[in-house]
Amino acid sequence: MWIYEKKLEYPIKIRTPNPRMAKVIITQYGGPDGELAASLRYLSQRFSMVTPEARATLNDIGTEELAHLEMVGTMVYQLVKGASIEEIKAAGLDPYYADHDRGVYPISAAGNPFTAAYIQSKGNPVVDLYENMAAEQKARATYEWLIDLADDPDVIDPLKFLRQREVVHFQRFGEALRIVQDYLDSRRHFPISKPEGMED
Amino acid sequence: MDIRREELLKQLSALDFTVIELNLYLNTHPRDRNALMKYNTAVEQAKMLRMEYERRYGPLTAYYSTSSYPWQWICNPWPWHYSFNFRLAGEEC
Repeated sequence: MWIYEKKLEYPIKIRTPNPRMAKVIITQYGGPDGELAASLRYLSQRFSMVTPEARATLNDIGTEELAHLEMVGTMVYQLVKGASIEEIKAAGLDPYYADHDRGVYPISAAGNPFTAAYIQSKGNPVVDLYENMAAEQKARATYEWLIDLADDPDVIDPLKFLRQREVVHFQRFGEALRIVQDYLDSRRHFPISKPEGMED
Repeated sequence: MDIRREELLKQLSALDFTVIELNLYLNTHPRDRNALMKYNTAVEQAKMLRMEYERRYGPLTAYYSTSSYPWQWICNPWPWHYSFNFRLAGEEC
């Protein structure tokens, strides 16, 4: 089960609304390399994972991703909250406004709604951990492109925090993969070979 | 926002982050005694700060926390509200 704690993992306090920035940051909410996809991916894969280390890694990183989902949602919320209709139109956020007003809805930067097709849970521990290492790198790259697009320190600061978490998660998944591979390669049976000269 | 609350929340967030980071590290390094010691220390410190924060500013969970009357859990601000958070970037403003 989960218990909600009434605080963010890292603070978000954006003074200036910026619907243009909200339009792209929302991709880390409901986009292909976003936090919702990350969380669902790890929390689904953990059921069939092997080794205590890798199981716990999926469980706990999947949980941290939910805290990141909340952070990204908070950024989108604060970026559109004070924006006028004129600003929303000028930012090209009017199609979004038509469907969601200033609500937070899981879509990509290009407007595609969230889909589980973004993730995989293959039932094979090595396959899943490779997928996760790639996913962390894709998310890191996305945060870097978002930082390139941002000019407000109130926005850049939490994006840098989220980017850094992708780096740490990649490292932990790499360690988990090594542990799983060592486990799968280890000999768990006791062969009895025939001594020489006793082939018959 | 109340300066004292802001400072407490900042300290608690820093300690909780330390716990998260050590939790993930220990998952793949369960025999690192030094990291384990740091984890246990941070958890104890966070526990004390969390009690202090909740006593002053209300419940952080609707599970482990008690509430004064009336039920405090529903009170604003929520974490996504501007007023809930402290600022790290551009602190000079």
